[in-house]
Amino acid sequence: MTEYALTTSPSLKRRHAKEARFKWCGRIAIMIALGFLVLMFSAIIFRGMGAFQQTKISLEVTFSELIIDPSSARDPQELARANYKPVLTAALAKTFPNVTDRNGKKRLYKLLSSGAVFEMGKLVSDNPDLIGTSQTIWLSASSEVDLFMKGKIDASLDENLRRLSDADIAYIKTLKSGGMIKKKFNTAFFTNGDSREPEMAGILGAALGSFFSLLVCFGIAFPLGIMTAVYLEEYARKSKLTDLIEVNINNLAAVPSIVFGLLGLSIFLGVFHIPRSTPLVGGMVLALMTLPTIIIAARASLRSVPHSIRQAAYGLGASKTQTTFHHVVPLAMPGMLTGTILGMAQALGETAPLLMIGMVAFIVDIPHGVTDAATSLPVQIFLWADSPEKGFVERTSAAIIVLLMFLILMNLLAVFLRKKLERRW
Amino acid sequence: MEPSVDLTLRHARRSTQIKELAIQSILIASSLVAILTTIGIVASLAFEAFRFFEKIPLTDFLFGLEWSPQMAIRKDQVGSSGAFGVIPLLTGTLLISFIAMLVATPLGLLSAVYLAEYARPKTRAIIKPLLELLAGIPTVVYGFFAALVVAPIIRAGGSGVGFEISSESALAAGLVMGIMLVPFISSLSDDVINAVPQALRDASLGMGATPAETITKVVLPAATPGIMGSLLLAISRAIGETMIVVMAAGLAAKLSLNPIEAVTTMTVQIVTLLTGDQEFDSAKTLAAFAIALFLFILTLGLNVIALKIVDKYKKQYD
Repeated sequence: MTEYALTTSPSLKRRHAKEARFKWCGRIAIMIALGFLVLMFSAIIFRGMGAFQQTKISLEVTFSELIIDPSSARDPQELARANYKPVLTAALAKTFPNVTDRNGKKRLYKLLSSGAVFEMGKLVSDNPDLIGTSQTIWLSASSEVDLFMKGKIDASLDENLRRLSDADIAYIKTLKSGGMIKKKFNTAFFTNGDSREPEMAGILGAALGSFFSLLVCFGIAFPLGIMTAVYLEEYARKSKLTDLIEVNINNLAAVPSIVFGLLGLSIFLGVFHIPRSTPLVGGMVLALMTLPTIIIAARASLRSVPHSIRQAAYGLGASKTQTTFHHVVPLAMPGMLTGTILGMAQALGETAPLLMIGMVAFIVDIPHGVTDAATSLPVQIFLWADSPEKGFVERTSAAIIVLLMFLILMNLLAVFLRKKLERRW
Repeated sequence: MEPSVDLTLRHARRSTQIKELAIQSILIASSLVAILTTIGIVASLAFEAFRFFEKIPLTDFLFGLEWSPQMAIRKDQVGSSGAFGVIPLLTGTLLISFIAMLVATPLGLLSAVYLAEYARPKTRAIIKPLLELLAGIPTVVYGFFAALVVAPIIRAGGSGVGFEISSESALAAGLVMGIMLVPFISSLSDDVINAVPQALRDASLGMGATPAETITKVVLPAATPGIMGSLLLAISRAIGETMIVVMAAGLAAKLSLNPIEAVTTMTVQIVTLLTGDQEFDSAKTLAAFAIALFLFILTLGLNVIALKIVDKYKKQYD
């Protein structure tokens, strides 16, 4: 008996090796793509975690009425704007009694953030009773001190090459040994608007700008998208018009987002004169951009509602509109909502069109409505990434972390809705 | 009493009819928004671009080899006419898109093949959403990563082997954009590969071909049109991508195909021309609309072709 079952020809061996190689190519491709994802996330998290802490310096401040409120009027606005610099210099002088020369005092004051006076102003105008007392309070340190405390300024470098002098570092060490300098949770990052000073800059303004834009976007895109989908799926017979609408929707889905920004610039701003830089116009542009996403998802969802539901409604004498809006649309709603949330997530991450309509300005004030000038989270990230200040690097990464958190939350919500509410027929 | 019942019934039916008609009109009106948006885009771009071409001849724009949109502030200033040739911008855009596709095509296709043909359902259920996560990350994040992490690595690598690579290079932007495009290619190609009839595979495997041979010689050729469509869609996305190139590619409009130099793209120039101080009538701002019109036509053309190919392919196996 010949044993051809057991002999394998060399060519077969080669072919099997090739098979294994091919399979590995696929695995490696996926690993590269996912490896990049991991690398990007870890690089951003690694850089950004620092920004959730801010170095604070504790000072024993004497709130002297003579300097802060000489008129004793206790007007909160006046208190917020009073001159706190002498109060702080006095407190610093108390902590560092050996530093007597002008230059040294100046350096000491520079350890504090230039926003420390505003922190003082807010504190005193909120609690006017502090005036006349002596308190130990924590004030924000400057960006350089913050970077040093986070190990991002190398003390072994030549003095001229770093942003802190040897004297500064000596001061910081003195503070450290007295437990008077500490990294604390950075609440300012979540409660402040933008600022030129990294240690004072926060994302609340940008986050609210995003929120208001999304609100407008949802208000426009959700009803329009659903009505369009209902028309195309439930009412329209196939005609030239519906073909045209469909072609338009498919093509709009692939138009570069920046083109929508130009549309907003020349029509919404140029023709309708909607105020520039506002979430109102931003939301309108984003709505046009997300409309195709919502329509496509809503149509798929309507199509999945079985015909028997419609026939049952008609059989009981319901009209077309009653059938559609009392029975079909409610059943399709979970799918529509899922699509809408995904569209909103896409809108939340969009930057380019907002640059075109002026949402890229430096705005310190926190917006209170859709007609206040604002930026959005991704635009804020772009602005900070462009900033030469070193302290902004970690803030940019931290803002990205917050943005990604929101996106993940929205996606989880979409998944949850799909799992919990969607019915299988 | 009978006639009056009939009357109220008829009355009710009429009011229902009116209501139905009103609702239907509202629905039609809202679905016209999609058409209106397209008209709005074309009209606004064409209108401003037309005004631009009144100042700068169309041929200078389409065939000009130099791009320097600096216009003088006063009329009598020396060198008051900027150069508005779109060719350097187009080459920059195409260079970056080419690099991106060089990264995205093999990664996307191989991932799609693995997911469609080899991966077990459980693995697939985990990996597919993870890959799609790449598509959900805002492009500003990619841009930040390209500028902050990838560009310095490339520069360090370049100086290691003796190349001087500028910190804003086509390479960094293209590489990162390539990764961004992977899910676009992989998920569409995955669908296309899944649509290839199982009978073709069975026949090939039955003849003794290995799975790899079946894929490369039977499945992929059968899926080629659809895959081409997905690649065209990815190219159109690469051409229109803005934030990655704004943050990582640079501003210098040089007519160069050198991937380690800083190049600029059409989208970058639109952003630079329209952010910052601007007056609405200058050739500089109008130029942005001319570029955008060009970009719109280019991406629309690619899309129409891509969708046609995919559609035709779908019908082939339905």
